[in-house]
Amino acid sequence: MLAYLIRRLFAAAVMLVVIIMVVFGIFFLVPKWAGVDIAASFVGKQADPAAVEAVREKLGLSDPVHLQAWEFFKGIFAGRTFATGGDVVHCSAPCFGYSFKSEQAVWPVLTDRFPVTLGLALGAAVLWLVFGVAAGVLSALKRGSLWDRSAMVVALAGVSLPIYFTGMLSLATFAFGLKWFDAQYVPLGQSLGGWFGGMILPWITLAFLYAAMYARITRATMMEVLGEDYIRTARAKGLRERTVIGKHAMRSTMTPILTMLGMDLGALIGGAILTESTFNLPGLGQAVLNAIRNQDLPIILGVVLITSLSVLLANLVVDVLYAVIDPRVRLT
Amino acid sequence: MTEPGRSGAPVDGPAAASPSAASPAPSAFLDVRDLRVHFPTDDGLVKSVDGLSFRLERGRTLGIVGESGSGKSVTSLGIMGLHTAGRYGRRKARVSGEIWLNGTELLSVGADHVRKLRGREMAMIFQDPLSALHPYYTIGEQIVEAYRIHHDVGKKAARKRAIEMLDRVGIPQPDKRVDNYPHEFSGGMRQRAMIAMSLVNNPELLIADEPTTALDVTVQAQILDLIRDLQEEFGSAVIVITHDLGVVAELADDILVMYGGRCIERGPAEQVFHEPRHPYTWGLLGSMPRLDREQQDRLVPVKGSPPSLINLPSGCAFNPRCPYADVPKDDLSRTVRPELTEVGDRHWAACHMTQEQRERIWTEEIAPRL
Ligand SMILES: Nc1ncnc2c1ncn2[C@@H]1O[C@H](COP(=O)(O)OP(=O)(O)OP(=O)(O)O)[C@@H](O)[C@H]1O
Ligand code: SF4
Ligand SMILES: [Mg+2]
Repeated sequence: MLAYLIRRLFAAAVMLVVIIMVVFGIFFLVPKWAGVDIAASFVGKQADPAAVEAVREKLGLSDPVHLQAWEFFKGIFAGRTFATGGDVVHCSAPCFGYSFKSEQAVWPVLTDRFPVTLGLALGAAVLWLVFGVAAGVLSALKRGSLWDRSAMVVALAGVSLPIYFTGMLSLATFAFGLKWFDAQYVPLGQSLGGWFGGMILPWITLAFLYAAMYARITRATMMEVLGEDYIRTARAKGLRERTVIGKHAMRSTMTPILTMLGMDLGALIGGAILTESTFNLPGLGQAVLNAIRNQDLPIILGVVLITSLSVLLANLVVDVLYAVIDPRVRLT
Repeated sequence: MTEPGRSGAPVDGPAAASPSAASPAPSAFLDVRDLRVHFPTDDGLVKSVDGLSFRLERGRTLGIVGESGSGKSVTSLGIMGLHTAGRYGRRKARVSGEIWLNGTELLSVGADHVRKLRGREMAMIFQDPLSALHPYYTIGEQIVEAYRIHHDVGKKAARKRAIEMLDRVGIPQPDKRVDNYPHEFSGGMRQRAMIAMSLVNNPELLIADEPTTALDVTVQAQILDLIRDLQEEFGSAVIVITHDLGVVAELADDILVMYGGRCIERGPAEQVFHEPRHPYTWGLLGSMPRLDREQQDRLVPVKGSPPSLINLPSGCAFNPRCPYADVPKDDLSRTVRPELTEVGDRHWAACHMTQEQRERIWTEEIAPRL
């Protein structure tokens, strides 16, 4: 178990370095090869040449590539300083870049928006896990029944309808039509009820999509597990069917679901762009949209980096969970 | 002579083909009467077991043999009540007939009653111990669970019992191995653990469904020895299911040969071995591996493929594969289903050939070539 964990941690650390370098490559090397002036794109569209030159020097874009990469890497763990002549900007660790446009470091922008996205992802995850898994298990147990068939039609709709559509529909119905909820984001620190009211539609909308996927996977996995010999053994012991399903079958069914959950959460934490823009939530996803609109490259870079890192972290958590759940994994 | 009616049939004789609903509780420990297990499928009704009857006393071992698909597993799952427990979806197996266990008729007594008997009065060992054990629980947890369903004891006491059982079935260092997962055991050890689990409640009936098929030869012998020892020790009734006649030769008091969901020959083990009276049994004996003969002089194993369980051949189900199908007069083999008839002391076989014909073919043509 310990050896497994150490191996995983080591692999994650290696991946971390690789990810940082790949992101560096995408934002600094690829444009360079393509003949794009990186300094200009960091400053923005109508940049005056002096500002561009200043940024070029601050970023050290004329330095050899390995030096640039090292500065970039170092910034994340130790912070870095951007300087031209007397103009010095310090970007403390973790330095995810500096927006020369809005004259601020990227990291605080990300941390400002992070709780919104995290709240959205976690709340939706609770909903989709509860409803998706329950629906999937019921469908598997009552396969072929009216319930099963309707649940699977709804699930198909959930998987195939775009978030824009379901989001707008729920807004139109519950926020503007029935006026049950406000379509207004209220920070959690300000008012718990307000936060909840503002989040409930985004949660449901996002959860609908994922619940649909989880219901289908749960159903398929549960049906497969129910055919396993060890389920027959559990019955042969004289266990109640309740225990056979709830303990023996669920244990095996949850394994792939937890894996999926880790991956999905990891990806969502990097920003649920569609949901956030539909419901006007000031999360990471919206930050990306704004940054694209304003051509604020450092922010985009920061979000890409944080998304990759959260996927990496989620992977690590899933691996650890896997070892806890499946004793066979601990050996490998 | 065809089968006599149910009343007055001797112990171990066949039960009537269609018992009346009010048949009295039998004296035998296990009395299976006219068991039928049918599965509705898209292609038609699969009659996996169709009118099977047998009896078994405590302390005795019955060997059920037959090739793949003859209905052996379906029979044992039927006795355990596992065709109806936890079947999801619309198509349910249809189980009919009577299964008397220790004076209780299992098909009419209610699912929850049968559930409580499972694991306590009757237990089962499965063919592949790796897939039959839950990969996510330790061997100990699984045995403890089996014990605590039926005994109101704490975890400590149950664990002690689990270790005791592991020790009894010959697992070294049972107090350590109890915390291992199934994948940490070898095949033979897993089957031992499975046996420990099934015997943890001292069941009176133990069904071993091909307990050695998944194991290699040396381990097979050890497991068979273990089952025999345990039976002597616990005095339970044992059903050993196999398609390997060598296994039953070692273990069984009686043998029941199944073909196409039915019994075609049944009797004391020595009789079925030394004076088999059905061409299918001859074929099975011929396909037994023997170390002392060259492959070529051995009788050819049963040619052809098992019958369709949806449409059994008319007449004798074995007729398309039977080398002697033309021996009985009037094309009886293809038109009339042979009933079990008594061919010796407690020995029954279902074939239209006369006793003399069968004795002659056995002694002149078959036995010398085995
Ligand atoms: N749930 C089911 N639905 C439909 N057919 C089934 C079902 N279970 C078993 N059968 C059929 O019943 C027949 C008998 O199966 P069974 O498992 O009893 O054979 P067996 O004698 O145990 O063979 P083997 O030696 O291969 O284990 C097979 O043809 C099988 O396809
Ligand atoms: S009844 Fe006919 S076909 Fe069937 S086993 Fe006897 S001889 Fe062969
Ligand atoms: Mg079988």
